[in-house]
Amino acid sequence: MAGVSFQRVSKRFDETAAVDDLTLDVHDGELLVLLGPSGCGKTTALRMVAGLEDPTHGDVSIGGSVVNNVEPKDRDVAMVFQSYALYPHMTIRRNIEFPLRQQRVSAEERTRRSDEAAATLGLTELLERKPGQLSGGQRQRVALARAIVRDPQVFLMDEPLSNLDATLRIQTRADIVALQRRLGTTTLYVTHDQVEAMTMGHRIAVMRDGRLQQVAAPQELYERPATTFVASFLGSPGMNLVPASASGGELRIGDAVVGAASGSSDGPLTLGFRPESAHLDVEGLNAEVVLVEQLGAETHVICKIGDGTKVVVRQGRDAVRPDLGDHVAIVVDANSLHTFDPTSGVRIEPAQ
Amino acid sequence: MKGGSPRRYREWGLAYLMLLPALVVFAVFTFYPFARNFKLALYQNPPFPGLPSRYVGLHQVGTVLSSTSFHQSLVSTFFYVLMVVPTGLLGGLLLALAAHKAIRGMSIFRTVFSSTVVTSVAVAAVVFGTLMDPVVGLLPWLGIDPHPAILQNPTWALPAVALIAVWQFLGLSFIIMTAGLQSLPDEVLEAARLDGAGTWTMFWRVTVPLLSPTLFFGLVVGTIYAFQSFGQIDILIGPQNSGFTHTNVLLYAVYQALSIQNDPGMAAVLSIVLFVILLVFTLIQLRFLERRVTYANA
Ligand SMILES: Nc1ncnc2c1ncn2[C@@H]1O[C@H](COP(=O)(O)OP(=O)(O)OP(=O)(O)O)[C@@H](O)[C@H]1O
Ligand SMILES: [Mg+2]
Repeated sequence: MAGVSFQRVSKRFDETAAVDDLTLDVHDGELLVLLGPSGCGKTTALRMVAGLEDPTHGDVSIGGSVVNNVEPKDRDVAMVFQSYALYPHMTIRRNIEFPLRQQRVSAEERTRRSDEAAATLGLTELLERKPGQLSGGQRQRVALARAIVRDPQVFLMDEPLSNLDATLRIQTRADIVALQRRLGTTTLYVTHDQVEAMTMGHRIAVMRDGRLQQVAAPQELYERPATTFVASFLGSPGMNLVPASASGGELRIGDAVVGAASGSSDGPLTLGFRPESAHLDVEGLNAEVVLVEQLGAETHVICKIGDGTKVVVRQGRDAVRPDLGDHVAIVVDANSLHTFDPTSGVRIEPAQ
Repeated sequence: MKGGSPRRYREWGLAYLMLLPALVVFAVFTFYPFARNFKLALYQNPPFPGLPSRYVGLHQVGTVLSSTSFHQSLVSTFFYVLMVVPTGLLGGLLLALAAHKAIRGMSIFRTVFSSTVVTSVAVAAVVFGTLMDPVVGLLPWLGIDPHPAILQNPTWALPAVALIAVWQFLGLSFIIMTAGLQSLPDEVLEAARLDGAGTWTMFWRVTVPLLSPTLFFGLVVGTIYAFQSFGQIDILIGPQNSGFTHTNVLLYAVYQALSIQNDPGMAAVLSIVLFVILLVFTLIQLRFLERRVTYANA
């Protein structure tokens, strides 16, 4: 087992910096999720660990030694590709055995280990089939089996669930987590789905435009986002971000006082609050209802406040639902306010 | 689709009207000669020019099929195809693999490699004929005195013309293989690299199986191409060596029967044989090989 570390790693493709000065440690045995929107450099980061892409700058290490010049096959990492990348001409058994054959593992042990991997992922019945005869979810599990059969130092997984339907995704998600916890193999898991990230990762690294925004445990990330980007990216819907100002120890949105300004000096700032930290009341921040989304257990009320900014309020099942066009007043829980620098978007910590 | 309403009929009528020019061309240049050929095969050429040809039924087919020259032709064709197709396919694949690397300036090589497609047979034959010339050619330049000259040598004449065919087929083969390589799923190849496959395993266990639809297509195209070789044989061996039986591949035998022996009946029988061989061959390839071929998205 071994950790993975990026030391000031950059990767450029001509003009675009796919990964920009990334420094990140994946601890031994940890499942770290790389989260970010499409095109932010997640896959590129993963491929640099695999050795399929060479960093333009910086060092990638596995188990403490720099692997920049180590061939992919000598890195002892297994990758699960988004497209599964199974060998279409081989049976499932052959697919799972393939890495073992390359390592010249004896036939007996090969069979034993591939049987075991297949059993772990519930593929025993399918061993003699070809990938073309399997469903997406089954192929996905074959790809996982082919990775675990090697017992590598590191698992690299690139959006392995993105081709599955919602039900299967939730189930496979749980399977991968259980498997990773049982094997204790260091895992770097790429996704752009924040729910997946929140439920699977020991820690989550959020990326944007090739740059690392924040690395933290899921709850920490949710409760103390380091930037407005992280704040709005996590949660569904994300955090409300409203232009506000601090003056005389008070935080104001427009004219409405919404809380005490502790720590921030007077001036403009960006105020953040989660949809569940706000409710509709008779007095508060004036707004107009522009959309009501009912999701069964909860309702999202989307309102427009004075300066045109949209704010989402999450209501429980019992709350009184407003109608479209209603004028309402939003009250924000004063203890759940986040403040950010209005230009850089960096979090401003309240003074204790 | 079932015709029923008057509107349908009108549409069909229009369709045939529009197809008519093409149908006429096909009828005149393909269907009619094709049918006429079968009739020719049933008539025997008169012993002296000017006399009417005589209906002999299948008798002529029997005579031709049992003649030694036909057997010789068949054997030559067989060897010729065996020399041209595998070599051409493998050569094209190797060139395509070499040019597949993303190296600067590679597009120049791609152009060069595929250029043999657009070279005419006549030019190729003349160039190779010069290279193989016993006096001014490559061998005397290397200090080897070929005796008899390659193209007059019963052992080497067929391989020599086959070499030209290989060279010419190389361009097409290269293009087919390059297209095949470019359509390979990158992630599968990368997965194999990560799984520890070396160059050899990669090629034989991953690339070739994934490429099998392309190889199959190349095999069919190459076989038909090889069976239809004519130009280089006519130019380099030609009527001046009409006694050369071992370079008499089937298509050339047809030509010889017609224009040298002046025997349209025999030529017709030979060309029907060629047609049947190619038909059977293509059907076999489609039936048996295609079943073993792996299609990547399967
Ligand atoms: N081989 C390449 N050549 C040129 N540019 C590339 C290459 N690979 C990636 N890029 C660019 O690098 C950036 C990051 O790409 P990357 O594939 O890492 O994104 P990603 O975070 O995995 O996105 P997604 O969620 O859509 O898979 C993108 O702007 C992309 O266009
Ligand atoms: Mg990606």
